[in-house]
Amino acid sequence: MDQTTLNIIVVGLSFALYFAIAIWARAGSTSEFYAAGRGVNPVVNGMATAADWMSAASFISMAGLIAFVGYTNSSFLMGWTGGYVLMAMLLAPYLRKFGKYTVPEFIGDRYYSNTARVVGVICLIVISVTYVIGQMTGAGVAFSRFLEVSSFWGLIIASAVVFVYAVLGGMKGITYTQVAQYCVLIVAYTIPAVFISLQLTGNPIPGLGLFSNMAPGEVGAGEPLLATLNGLLVDLGFNEYTTGSTPFLMALFTLSLMIGTAGLPHVIIRFFTVPKVADARWSAGWALVFIALLYLTAPAVGAMARLNITTTMWPQGIEGEAVAIEDLPDWFRTWEVTGLLGVEDKNGDGRIQYYNEASEAGQAFAAERGYEGNELVTFNQDILVLANPEIAQLPGWVIALIAAGGIAAALSTAAGLLLAISSAISHDLIKSVINPNISEKGELLAARISMAGAIVLATYLGLNPPGFAAQVVALAFGLAAATLFPTLMMGIFSKRMNSAGATWGMLAGLILTCLYLFTYLGWFFIPGTNMLPNTADNWILGIPPTHFGPIGALANFAVAYFVSRATAAPPAHIQELVESVRVPRGAGAASDH
Amino acid sequence: MAENSDNNAYWAANIRLVTISLVIWALASYGFGILLRPLISGIEVGGTDLGFWFAQQGSILVFLVLIFFYAWRMNKIDKQHGVDE
Repeated sequence: MDQTTLNIIVVGLSFALYFAIAIWARAGSTSEFYAAGRGVNPVVNGMATAADWMSAASFISMAGLIAFVGYTNSSFLMGWTGGYVLMAMLLAPYLRKFGKYTVPEFIGDRYYSNTARVVGVICLIVISVTYVIGQMTGAGVAFSRFLEVSSFWGLIIASAVVFVYAVLGGMKGITYTQVAQYCVLIVAYTIPAVFISLQLTGNPIPGLGLFSNMAPGEVGAGEPLLATLNGLLVDLGFNEYTTGSTPFLMALFTLSLMIGTAGLPHVIIRFFTVPKVADARWSAGWALVFIALLYLTAPAVGAMARLNITTTMWPQGIEGEAVAIEDLPDWFRTWEVTGLLGVEDKNGDGRIQYYNEASEAGQAFAAERGYEGNELVTFNQDILVLANPEIAQLPGWVIALIAAGGIAAALSTAAGLLLAISSAISHDLIKSVINPNISEKGELLAARISMAGAIVLATYLGLNPPGFAAQVVALAFGLAAATLFPTLMMGIFSKRMNSAGATWGMLAGLILTCLYLFTYLGWFFIPGTNMLPNTADNWILGIPPTHFGPIGALANFAVAYFVSRATAAPPAHIQELVESVRVPRGAGAASDH
Repeated sequence: MAENSDNNAYWAANIRLVTISLVIWALASYGFGILLRPLISGIEVGGTDLGFWFAQQGSILVFLVLIFFYAWRMNKIDKQHGVDE
């Protein structure tokens, strides 16, 4: 059986499983559609949250981001997990006690204002729509690489699958499919990592292998893996893997990712599905357990892949000859076809020299040996995880599993985002603002239609990506940090915070963040319309647009504080609402409202 | 009135616990992982120093312990103040 057939069988089986779950977990009421009837076990919710959170970026891109930069990109590891501490202590339990269905609903009720509610809906939609584009394109790429269908049909199939279980099951269907998707993606991620770690260090746990000594027979046998990697990279003119030079920016970026993570609405609403406040607290811990299983492995995958690539290119060590073109391994050939990996024999010696042609050390090294430039000309970092099973020479079913895992990671996140978007439209715009008298049945229908509309929009944007996928993710995190996180937190921790303060604060965070991003990345990200070049000497205080989240959040807090002090305190019933949100007792009773 | 003052004591206990937790949260990530890394660079771990371990794995393990500790402590505080369910 050839690899493509095997891939189709494994991916097809995973889809059959998702459909079976969707039929079993149909939503019959708005409570089930929006919050899975608030009956989800905290451990189960933790697992669903992990799948909801870990997107195509975590599964496919993160290890590559770490592999090619090293220590400085530890920001992704700390940022995308540390946000859960903020969420567990500052938001999730209190929002669960509030006992409603959506994030804008809390903003609208707590700040007794439909203006605040609508601003909340706008922030949520901008954040979630930008985020969903990346998931749809990620799923499309996985389809076209592994199933040999075009990106177009890949995307259509992915949308159709999400359509079935999200429209039918709502939050209830999404929750249980996410549990299945988590299992698929974690198994797919871990198996190749275990084999690679065993091969390089003899340690079966990749997270421990990262800090172990090299196995006998490997490069640098008996020496620590990281020291071996550092030595090779420095000889080739690259930066040392384990050091960085910009601690302030690294801390700022980590903070941006942490606050952004805590403010992402599709993750927050997952905590509305558990029965009690105490469950919401436990559930945040369980979510991080399941996330950590991947996140503790990812840095090992990154470092080991970097080492594997380097030794593949220099089979006899740096002192010897570089790899001959005819000796390049098979996986190299498979990926060359996709254009994500490319070599060019610049000096015509029949060998491929890989080194850092941009550094002085690298140039000196090349001059001494008569090299005419780095010959590994293309290496897309996204292929690291996808090519891992081939690099470790694992059987075909593991490759098929990676395909199913990548698709599961993209679909599970897309479904969570689509639910956040559709519930904001049907519940916060239609039910709360436009037609408060809508019946339960009418609202459920509106929710399903909104979901279908959101899927069509996401598919369209996935097919015609606005050409700024990378910037868009920075926008999503920056906006979540600058708008929703401060507004939600102040709604819980400050009784004095009023409607005017919150609304102006959110607008300040939204506008300032957008302005800063548009200045360097172009108005609405249209290339060529940026007012300043996106380079370090133009950034205010040297802050890159991707690191702006904390500054936007600070502006939100400051504007909200001063405006609220200059205007009247919130009415007594709102202060009582804040009191009640702070106390866990009574959350269970709100289950059936 | 009695209930109100007890609620205040409950909330103060929560704020205290959150503050302590967030100090540890910041120390493990921004501290040992990034800004204070030079201070602990003498401690060697697997071919590099302790700060690198904190940045790539240690901080995540600290976050995990923190959330479970917070949940366990907070549920106890709920009971002490009679606001659990």
